[in-house]
Amino acid sequence: MDLSDSVLDHLRHTAALPDLTGTRYELEGEIGRGGMGVVYRARDRDLDRRVALKVLDAEMEGEARLIARLEHPAIVPIHETGRLPDGRAFYAMKLVAGVRLDHYLAQAPSLAERLRVIRRVGEALAYAHTTGAIHRDLKPQNVMVGEFGEVYVMDWGMDAVAGTPGFRAPETRLDRFSDIYALGALLAFVLTSPGPQALAGPSALRAIAAKAMQADPAARYPDTTALLADIERFQEGLAVGAWAEPWGHRLRRFGSRNAVLLWLLAAYAGVKFVLFFLRNL
Amino acid sequence: MNKILAGLIFGLILGAIDGATAWFYPETHSMMAAIMVGSSMKGMVVGILCGWFARKVQSTKWGIVVGSALGLGFAFFVAAMDTVNGRHPYVQIMLPGFVVGAITGFLTQRVRTPTRST
Repeated sequence: MDLSDSVLDHLRHTAALPDLTGTRYELEGEIGRGGMGVVYRARDRDLDRRVALKVLDAEMEGEARLIARLEHPAIVPIHETGRLPDGRAFYAMKLVAGVRLDHYLAQAPSLAERLRVIRRVGEALAYAHTTGAIHRDLKPQNVMVGEFGEVYVMDWGMDAVAGTPGFRAPETRLDRFSDIYALGALLAFVLTSPGPQALAGPSALRAIAAKAMQADPAARYPDTTALLADIERFQEGLAVGAWAEPWGHRLRRFGSRNAVLLWLLAAYAGVKFVLFFLRNL
Repeated sequence: MNKILAGLIFGLILGAIDGATAWFYPETHSMMAAIMVGSSMKGMVVGILCGWFARKVQSTKWGIVVGSALGLGFAFFVAAMDTVNGRHPYVQIMLPGFVVGAITGFLTQRVRTPTRST
């Protein structure tokens, strides 16, 4: 009997699906594939809710334990870990309804909104670093923006992962400084996407990204909190530590930050001048 | 900083500066001390009221509106009590008082108070 290519493809696809016999989950479809496993959409029969099920290709249970230890609003909570009949490890986590950061940016959100996402990602990283965990592979594909604006950082801390080109720090040993590098690369990506290849956005933000992406880890921000503080200073109209601001720019920033006060002072000077002038007429 | 205290300080400084500008009018030189004291007192009262308002309402726009109204009102009383060559200098005192009040109202709104921790 001849089998058409489409039938063969279907059989291959079906054979590749994980066997969830003995678990409380029913497979509904594939969400995405990464270097270390596949994420499926599944239904939890016991609790009658949808979950994301990550089936790992290798012995990576450490990843699940690592994420389970991280309790933060921007980190997807793990519900359960387990093993499939074929021996592969899996973990069930909250199913995030939203889009990847790179797709989200295609909707051309405002600069303030882009920075809000970056700050949420940075807060999650800062928290993880305080627990000793590092992400290792921060990139737009690992950041989800939910339908209500919530931000989630996915795919934490796989030992076998050494980052993604463009977001990977040049050093071979990955630590929190390589996460800071990746966060700087993510900031640069967020500023330019969608857009030309050259960095766009305000000079202060470009300087923040450039400082985070220094080849020498010691020249980067000492921690994620310092990077976030610089972004906050930019948003408040203050000078950022990463940029030696030219005097002209400094004056313009002062003027725009204190426009109302300067107008009032000018009005006072004008009133005084006019009164004095009229008196001498 | 406490907004009322900040209002008092801003009002005092701005009132003193406003009073000091009377120096440009030679006919007032003999009354400079009284003008400075009176203007500073007026500024302090306006500043305290602006600070009190800023504690109740956090709005730059309304801070300026209330500050300028207070400045105008108190300047009216000062001008009504004062006479130069037998005439009340309403315009000369009320116009700058109006703007100084607006500045005081704006500044008291910009003062940040520390958040209370439980």
